[in-house]
This record gives sequence, C-alpha cells and structure tokens, in this order.
Amino acid sequence: MSELTYFPGCSLKDNAKRFEDTAFFVMERLEMPLRELETWNCCGTVYSLTADDLMHHVASVRNFVRTQETGSEELVTLCAMCYNTLSRVAGRINADEEERTKINAFMDREPDYGGTIRVRHVLQVLRDSVGWERLAEGATRPLFGLKVAAYYGCTLVRPRETGIDDMERPTVMADALEAVGAEPVVFPFEAECCGTYQIVDEPHLALEQSGRILQSAALAGADVVVTACPLCQHNLEQAAESLAADVEEIRDIKVVYFTELLAAALGADEGSMTPVVRELITSRVTAEGGA
Amino acid sequence: MARTKTVSRENLRERVEELSGERVFACYQCGMCSSGCPYAEQMDRLPSQVIRDLQLDDETLLDSNAMWVCASCLACEVRCPKGVDLAKLMEALRQIHLRKALDRMSLDDLSKEAVRNLPQIALVASLRKKSG
Repeated sequence: MSELTYFPGCSLKDNAKRFEDTAFFVMERLEMPLRELETWNCCGTVYSLTADDLMHHVASVRNFVRTQETGSEELVTLCAMCYNTLSRVAGRINADEEERTKINAFMDREPDYGGTIRVRHVLQVLRDSVGWERLAEGATRPLFGLKVAAYYGCTLVRPRETGIDDMERPTVMADALEAVGAEPVVFPFEAECCGTYQIVDEPHLALEQSGRILQSAALAGADVVVTACPLCQHNLEQAAESLAADVEEIRDIKVVYFTELLAAALGADEGSMTPVVRELITSRVTAEGGA
Repeated sequence: MARTKTVSRENLRERVEELSGERVFACYQCGMCSSGCPYAEQMDRLPSQVIRDLQLDDETLLDSNAMWVCASCLACEVRCPKGVDLAKLMEALRQIHLRKALDRMSLDDLSKEAVRNLPQIALVASLRKKSG
C-alpha cells in the first residue's frame, strides 16, 4: 500500500469537508491512502502573475519544504485552485535556481527548498497510477443510468504548462465516472469559468457564468454536474439556488464533488452520503448498464 | 492637508510590460481573446482593446473596469495565436492600482452574514486580486 502526501488547503477543512471525506474513502479503497501533511499553510490561493512578485510564492514553497521533510517527492491535492497555485509555483521555482536562492534566503525558520517537489491532482493519480480498470473493478455499486456533466473549470486545465488534460476537451473526470458506470454527457461549457472569486463583490458576474454552465449541462440531459473545486462547487450551488425560480431547466439539476459519486460507487455507506447523493443513487441509478 | 492617493499615468505601456514580462506589440489584433472571453460583455473595453490601448499608450485605460472584471480564467492565454498572456497584462494593470493602496474591495464592505457564508477560498482569492 503506497501512501500519498496530501495537501488539503483551507476549504477542504470547512465548507468542502465532504470532498475530503469522500476522497479519503475512495483512496483508501484503492489502496493509495492520503496522508495529510502534518504542518501546512495556505497555498496562496491564486498564482501571482507579475514578474517581480516572488514574495507571494513563499506560501507554496513553505509547503514544499514540509513535503520534503516527509521524504516524499510529491504533493497531492484535491482542490483545483490549490493544484493550480502549487503546481505553477513548483514549475517556476524548481526551474529557476536564482529565484529559489532568493526565496530560501528569505525564509529563516525553514530548511532550504531543494527544488524537487512535484504536484499532482488526485484525478491524475486515479488516471495514471490507479487506472480506469482498477477503479472499475472496485465499483460495487455501479452508477448505471446516472447522467453526469463533468465540469473542470479553469484551474485544472489552464495554463498549458500545468493543465492535467486537454485544455479544450478534457476527459479525465468523465473517464473516472464512466469507469464506475455513470454516463457522461457532452456539453460545451465544461472548462468555462464559474465566476470564481467575483462571487464576493460582483456576485452577478459569477451567478451569470455559473447559471450558463448549469443550463448547458441540463440541456445536455445531465442529472448532476460534477466538480473538483470548492469554489466552482459553491458558485454552481449558489446559481442553482438563485436561478431555479426563473430558469426551469436547471430546477432539478444537482451539483456534487466527483469524489462523492466515486465513493458511492465504491461502496460507501448510505449513512455517510449527503441527502443529494443519496437521492441521486436511489432515484437515478438503475440496476443494469447500457440502453 | 490630506493627501489623495493617485496612480501615476506616465509611461503606462512600459510599466505594464515590466510588471507582466509581456510584449504588447506581439499582438496583431485578431480578436481571439475578446471572442472567447466569458466576461467581455461586462467590460467597458474588450480584452483586445485593452492590448490596443497599451500599444497606443492610452492612459485612460487605467479608468476602465476591464482589469477588475477579468478573473484570470486564462481562456485568452491558452488560445492566443501570438502567445500574449493577457491575464498577466490585466494583473499588471491591477497591481499599478494596488501598489498605491488603491484597493478595489474591502472586507468592511461586506455584511457579517456574507463573510460567514462565503467559503475562505473565495474571500482570500478576492482579497489577493483586489486589495494590496
């Protein structure tokens, strides 16, 4: 059994706790359990885009130093935004010795960062280390009949250097759900922005974007939109709630984390599921696969 | 006498290029960024116009809402045939304000209830993008 060094980030301990809980269950079942870093701090949340702003990369680098101390060469994330920030910082700082030296000189409590940590998202682990066949074999409660819209958003697939899949036509999340019996639908907005942090002070921007995504998934026949990011999840839930009265198509659509469905397929106890997942399992999943 | 915070309007192109590491004259104004931008309709200048204004060193760009509406989703960055990272230009325009303490948002503007209901990931990201 090989353990994965896991970085949670802020939201996985709070509003996205069910994302973490179900991921722990899934990875345990697949014999690649997640072991949380003993000490960690915020990843930085967004990757700083100005050329001179090294300071904001220190948060990510501190987590790499903690990873180094565990003896692991890899840090695994669930949150798509943490994945993006950590992997972009690793890409920049691992490749630039001068910048690494500057950051090491600035950090006075930590040992130096050696520039060797790589960052992976759990979806990459499932695809590249577990494999769809093994995932399928573990599905004791296959999700036959459940129509899923795999929604990737921005940070898993862009920019090119750190994207975990094709930027315009990602399939990794749909493939994972298909492996456990669900039926992915094709819809155009799978990698369109959910509105992200605009929900804080320009909520109309985020709700409009998320509403568009929900509508397009619903028109494609999806029962549920599946996410890998606590902020996408929040915005889509908010849009579903606030637009349901006006937009008939989205009234019945659900939004859940991909790990919630994988956990259900891999035999999670019904008592551990949220009411939304339980309802999907009882009302949408059929006994037999295929048409 | 109270001092008013202002942003210097001189040499805008040069400063944005330095902050972003991008070269605005690489852009040939094809409009790919504007056509794919999910927020273009909310901007008072289209994404491609932002680059055009930089090429022309048009300082009125500093008053546009485009940099604040841009959410760094990178749809433009991955599709630009000339390899211009427009998200970095937008970040540079934001930073020109934020480094003069001209914040776009403050937690004080939000109700306690809003702060309680918003996930940390949203609050931290918003403050990182819109305050200095």
